[in-house]
Amino acid sequence: MPGYAERVKVFGIYIQGGPIGVVVATGGIRRVIEFRAVTKRFEDGTIAVDELDLTVEAGTITVFVGPSGCGKTTSLRMVNRMIDPTSGTILVDGKDVLTVDPPTLRRGIGYVIQQAGLFPHRTVLDNVATVPLLSGWDKRKARTRAAELLEIVGLDPAFGKRYPAQLSGGQQQRVGVARALAADPPVLLMDEPFSAVDPVVREDLQNELLRLQAELDKTIVFVTHDIDEALKLGERVAVFQTGGHLAQYAKPAELLSAPANDFVASFVGRDRGYRTLTFLHADVPVHPVTTARLGERVTITDWTLVVDEQNRPKGWLSGVDGEVEVAEKDLISGGSLYDGTTLRGALDAALSSPSALGVVVDDAGAVTGVVQAADVIQALAKARAAGEVPK
Amino acid sequence: MTWIFENWERFWEVTEVHLRLSVVPVVIGFVLSIPLGWWASRSQTARAILFPFANILFTIPSIALIVITPVLIGVKILDEINVIVPLVVYTVALMVRAVADALAAVPGNVVAAANAMGFRPLRRFLTVDFPLALPVTIAGLRVATVSNISMVSVGALVGLGGYGQLFTEGYQTDNTDKVLAGLIGTVVLAVLADGLLLLIGRLLTPWARVGR
Amino acid sequence: MGWLFDPAHWSGSTGIPVRLVEHFGYTLLTLVIGALIAVPLGAFVGHTGKGGFVIVGLSNALRALPTTAVLILVVLWAGLGDFPVYVALVLLAIPPIMAGTYAGVRAVDPVTVDAARGVGMRESGVLLQVEIPNALPLIFGGFRGAALQVVATATIAAYTGAGGLGRFVFDGLALQDFGQMLAGAVLVALLAVLVDLGFAGLQRLTVSPGLRPVGTGGKR
Ligand SMILES: Nc1ncnc2c1ncn2[C@@H]1O[C@H](COP(=O)(O)OP(=O)(O)OP(=O)(O)O)[C@@H](O)[C@H]1O
Ligand SMILES: [Mg+2]
Repeated sequence: MPGYAERVKVFGIYIQGGPIGVVVATGGIRRVIEFRAVTKRFEDGTIAVDELDLTVEAGTITVFVGPSGCGKTTSLRMVNRMIDPTSGTILVDGKDVLTVDPPTLRRGIGYVIQQAGLFPHRTVLDNVATVPLLSGWDKRKARTRAAELLEIVGLDPAFGKRYPAQLSGGQQQRVGVARALAADPPVLLMDEPFSAVDPVVREDLQNELLRLQAELDKTIVFVTHDIDEALKLGERVAVFQTGGHLAQYAKPAELLSAPANDFVASFVGRDRGYRTLTFLHADVPVHPVTTARLGERVTITDWTLVVDEQNRPKGWLSGVDGEVEVAEKDLISGGSLYDGTTLRGALDAALSSPSALGVVVDDAGAVTGVVQAADVIQALAKARAAGEVPK
Repeated sequence: MTWIFENWERFWEVTEVHLRLSVVPVVIGFVLSIPLGWWASRSQTARAILFPFANILFTIPSIALIVITPVLIGVKILDEINVIVPLVVYTVALMVRAVADALAAVPGNVVAAANAMGFRPLRRFLTVDFPLALPVTIAGLRVATVSNISMVSVGALVGLGGYGQLFTEGYQTDNTDKVLAGLIGTVVLAVLADGLLLLIGRLLTPWARVGR
Repeated sequence: MGWLFDPAHWSGSTGIPVRLVEHFGYTLLTLVIGALIAVPLGAFVGHTGKGGFVIVGLSNALRALPTTAVLILVVLWAGLGDFPVYVALVLLAIPPIMAGTYAGVRAVDPVTVDAARGVGMRESGVLLQVEIPNALPLIFGGFRGAALQVVATATIAAYTGAGGLGRFVFDGLALQDFGQMLAGAVLVALLAVLVDLGFAGLQRLTVSPGLRPVGTGGKR
């Protein structure tokens, strides 16, 4: 039964999985990427990118999003010269990329591609060590660095000896990210890196990327056609329109609240109002809740939250007549947990809970109380009255 | 080239023999390899027996097979059967694999759909599996045909007919033109046969060319 | 089989060991020369993707060439000796090696090749460090096919008086000595199997374990 316990466990691993004791050398270099009137027309006449003007701020994750064929990949690949523009200029840290010889340029820019693109004939460790070796590091140092990186991306270094075919899709993606990070490039290009994995693994990888970025402070360009992924990861999001036009370049909240045109409005989707909650932080009143431990004998009159020894949620019991012993088999599994961050999380916790009470947990996963949907709506109304939610 | 025109009748005569000695084994070998290939595509055991055996057959030099055959089947050394039998053997050795691979590559969902529609095994094989396996099979047949046409000449080393006779006679009489004539004949025959099979393949599998 | 096991045939300058070494020598040198010509051609065309039709056309044309005729022609032009044998056998070895290399390089996943460029490899690095290692299984396939044909066909060298195991076949034929012919054929087949085993061993040593099929469990 997928109850609360397992969710908490997943959370627990995630927290423990942090890069404790691993030193990440960033060198503090931050690079700006500028597209100036960049156009790409392929030999067959297709205009993939049309007069693109855009500045990717140093040290941020910028997401390129848009429907299939709108020129995201082409734009991305012009940065490391996998494709050269027909006209216009691309500057990395003020330097025109066309003046740098492609292999040299690429060794200074991490590139993560869809399906990971690992070298099937090399071990995971050697895959990760590729760029350091190309850049002339000695083998021992490159391998040590590669092993460190496996840990940084949340893989057991024991995986280093395996070959790519022996890894799951999600693990391959992590190795792809590790390979791109190996030579500690200040710029990272990621082309739909998480599109080939299931939603649960994808969310894991997204969280991992955000955690990494908090430490690494790279300039990351991330391509996706999934608007949710864009809104979650991007500090800035560039929405591309078919034909290679940049439709809007803005912060996620602004994209949702003030789409530049109908295309953007329809692309960000119908749940726009609900998604906006992701970017709102407001106080929602937390109510106390009746709790009980497994094996306890209690009289249950109303919805009761059953918790374990560490006060972590296990599931719900609804009103029963008389005294009963709390048994695992009687539990009704609960919905999502609210960790006190965004209004969207609070509302979802309340809506997905069988008792209509959203369980609030602290960093350790212990129950601190419950929230109700009506309270979230009220908090939203207050925020709106205070002018925090643009119309 | 002049030799060919000056000795047109002789050239035509060896061409006929050459054609017969290479086409007959291909046809017999192909027919034999269909059931064998089908068996190999269905059974692991069949593959374990047939494939290594086919490989070993390949390692026997054609000249050796040609001189051993008469002793084994008890005919005179100058009988055409002595070229036909070895070439049938080579053709089968090559085609069993091609047919097995081709049948194994037929998409499983198509086969499942055919079964679900109620095809009986033989009928399904003839109307679904085999046609779908044709492109790969024909590719194998082209290789077998071309190599047969080139191998028939070896028979001349023991005195059998075909273009090979022009090689041995040319060698003995120091007549380069005669050898060249045989060589040109062989290559032209091979190219024509290959082209013909390519064409037949296209006509038989019109679906293989669309949507590429 | 008596002929084969007669100790008298196992010594001297025309004995079985000498002929075996000659035959193996033809095979080895032919494959080396063939590789020097065919591997770079196949790899280059496979890498650039341009001129594939040349490779296919050339392979097919060479395959159609009757080895006997080539051998005789070169003997008539250049005289007897080992040279005509090598010309004929190299022309025989080129098509499978070239086709195997070409197909192997072409068959490398484009995503992998793209990644190789993406991490900053130069074109030579892409070819030598990524495409060739990944193409090795098919390249070996080409070599093994070529080796089988060369070992079997080197027998014909004896027709123009050169050495090798073919001597037993042709001498036996001339003397109507069936035992000698059979011994020659058996020895050739044996040598072919040994050469193939040698290649299989080499393949195991050089092909990355990452390229072996994983989880090949029963089905099919
Ligand atoms: N090498 C090429 N030659 C011709 N046209 C191309 C080439 N590469 C891409 N295109 C075209 O350019 C346009 C943009 O392609 P691009 O790959 O940048 O799209 P994308 O936004 O990344 O799409 P997706 O989400 O499907 O990956 C498309 O119309 C595509 O067909
Ligand atoms: Mg793309």
